[in-house]
Amino acid sequence: MSIEKNLYTVSIYTENNIGLLNRISAIFQRRHINIESLNTSVSEIEGVSKFTILVRMHEEQIKKIIGQIEKQVEVIKAYYHSEEDTIYQESCLFKIKSDLLFDERQIQNIIKESNARIVTVNKEFFVLEKSGRTQEIELLYRELSAFGIMQFTRSGRIAVTKDEMKISTMLKTFQH
Amino acid sequence: MKEIQTIQSQTKTIKTTERISGSEAIIKCLLAEGVDIIYGYPGGAIMPVYDELYKYQDDIHHVLTRHEQGATHSAQGYARISGKVGVAIATSGPGATNLITGIADAQIDSTPMVCITGQVGSHLLGSDAFQETDIVGISTPVTKWNHQITKASEIPEVFAKAFYIAKSGRPGPVLIDITKDAQFEEFDYSYEKCTGIRSYKPVPETDITTLETAADLINTAKKPMVVWGQGVILGEAENEFKAVIEKAGLPSAWTILGASAIPTSHPLNVGMVGMHGNYAPNVLTNECDVLIAIGMRFDDRVTGNLATYAKQAKIIHFEIDPAEVDKNVKTDVAVLGDAKTSLKALLPLLNENSHTEWHQKFKDLYQIEFDKVIKNDLYPTKEGLTMGEVLKEINIQTKGEAAIVSDVGQHQMIACRYADFNVSKSNITSGGLGTMGFALPAAIGAKMAAPEREVVMIAGDGGYQMTIQELGTLFQQRVPVKIVVLNNEFLGMVRQWQQLFFDKRYASTEMVNPDFVAIAKGYHIDAKKVTQRDDLKSAVTEMIDCQGPYFLEVCVEKEDNVFPMIPTGASVSDIRLE
Repeated sequence: MSIEKNLYTVSIYTENNIGLLNRISAIFQRRHINIESLNTSVSEIEGVSKFTILVRMHEEQIKKIIGQIEKQVEVIKAYYHSEEDTIYQESCLFKIKSDLLFDERQIQNIIKESNARIVTVNKEFFVLEKSGRTQEIELLYRELSAFGIMQFTRSGRIAVTKDEMKISTMLKTFQH
Repeated sequence: MKEIQTIQSQTKTIKTTERISGSEAIIKCLLAEGVDIIYGYPGGAIMPVYDELYKYQDDIHHVLTRHEQGATHSAQGYARISGKVGVAIATSGPGATNLITGIADAQIDSTPMVCITGQVGSHLLGSDAFQETDIVGISTPVTKWNHQITKASEIPEVFAKAFYIAKSGRPGPVLIDITKDAQFEEFDYSYEKCTGIRSYKPVPETDITTLETAADLINTAKKPMVVWGQGVILGEAENEFKAVIEKAGLPSAWTILGASAIPTSHPLNVGMVGMHGNYAPNVLTNECDVLIAIGMRFDDRVTGNLATYAKQAKIIHFEIDPAEVDKNVKTDVAVLGDAKTSLKALLPLLNENSHTEWHQKFKDLYQIEFDKVIKNDLYPTKEGLTMGEVLKEINIQTKGEAAIVSDVGQHQMIACRYADFNVSKSNITSGGLGTMGFALPAAIGAKMAAPEREVVMIAGDGGYQMTIQELGTLFQQRVPVKIVVLNNEFLGMVRQWQQLFFDKRYASTEMVNPDFVAIAKGYHIDAKKVTQRDDLKSAVTEMIDCQGPYFLEVCVEKEDNVFPMIPTGASVSDIRLE
């Protein structure tokens, strides 16, 4: 049994149902597990939703939780992945005073080097978008915060796995 | 041939529809699912359904309980004795929240139940309307599935799913919340039973290699032992189970909810495991070389300290719910699937065996328990009556044919330890949740579901008073339940812990009780109180002979303890006999 807590990305394929988020989050809550981030979206299969949840816990524990998630009636399949198993991204938006863009040359360099993208510019502010790994976003945040950030928001992690997930095949076997 | 198939599939898809209200559709759905009795309590948001119940009273018998909690426990009692889905119905707000204890109980004890709640009109949802409560949110962690209906047209599909989910696989409670406008709304009704849900696999596939590995382990075991749970009963696998243990000569112990799957007197039945279970199976759990768990979930009351639980043994786990595998105890072989199919497939792979020497160990340890505990419980020489001797008298007079519905506490442990069970589905008790107040309403439900059976309810003076108002239900419905209250004027189990672990500081466990006989008589129930040993036998006879309901209070020794006992955190093999 590993003693160390690891970051795990949990992927859950589900039917699109109103109460399911509540049902799934309750499973983490019961065991006092803090959800680092959570994202719900459509998946590659029509009518099937996908939850992507980031949690830090022991592998023994995540296995049990996956079992309890999977037994929910409207859950098609749940997986957990280590950092190495997935390709993941997070996305963030910075709102910054427009003056700074012209007054502080350094900001332009930061934007260039970080591969961030300017979404919009007007007289008062400009909005910067950056997608990447957690550390990249954290670095950009640190660099920009020296100049003052008006607003900042970051999305939950989204991830795809390196291995195939045979959800469509699985759905066919479920069909009666 | 092809033509015939086409015709068949066409007739299958032709649905007859009729234009009816949502509330009438609800009744029709219940009838389509074979529901004959429902337990409930009316109120504002469910009135349209009650209006239909009035019209359909010849088809569905609605039992007015005296509290919604009573409705859920009655539905549970109904389900536990019959194997059918129990149904409870209530209004919104407090009516709905009062169902929660019973729903949680059904969830943890895998009882098939469908609860129906009324809800405020859909235009009022989320506005803190009168008697509005988010019952779907509240019930989510304690239901197998739940759903809110806001349009009448959803009713047939949701009800079909609800019954399918409640009953299939590992059973459990389902809640359907229906807004008042959906109850009034008219739509074209037709009903089709649910046969599958694409995201839900009730029974996992059994991997034949796991069965072969399990059989090898059992065949080569020198000291095998079975612990079976309710999965054997829920899976209706009693015969397959019996065949397996008889062929391989396996000493078999039960969890509380597994009790009665095979008769108490069966020579391979070595008693109950767990905190107040029998000495031999608890001690020998830590001596067996292969532990075969069947349809049980290694509850902490069964295992004691997990760090010292059956560490020497290879563990085989027959289980329908994959989430239970390795949850508490790491298994060597997990055989997924339903008990009936798995055990049937296991049987031919097993060698005949008798394990005579190993059996002798169980007998030797039983003798120790008999001398130290059982003898004093069943054949007391001291003056005060014991709970055990009441059970013994009930066994004798019902010939072990009765269904015993027990509440929670000392009397429950005594009932489970000493009741004779000759028939499956005869031990109806709140196991996982430990809900005091379960017994009276559950006994009502059980007796109504199986009127041909003798149903003896056993409660303590504490739990009895938690749902004592259900005497009103019993009286109104004339349900001939035999009520036995073992009165020690204490919340006995808590008092026992206070004595053993809190230096006898009896904080709020002493009960000043009312005149129970007078209360029963107030409901026109024949009643008697016994304080002397000499009167016990004739009182039990009078109770059993009574055609209607009967109340028997037995005043037992005030400060008796239940032994054996595994103290919290101790190992099963450190079970105390005194």
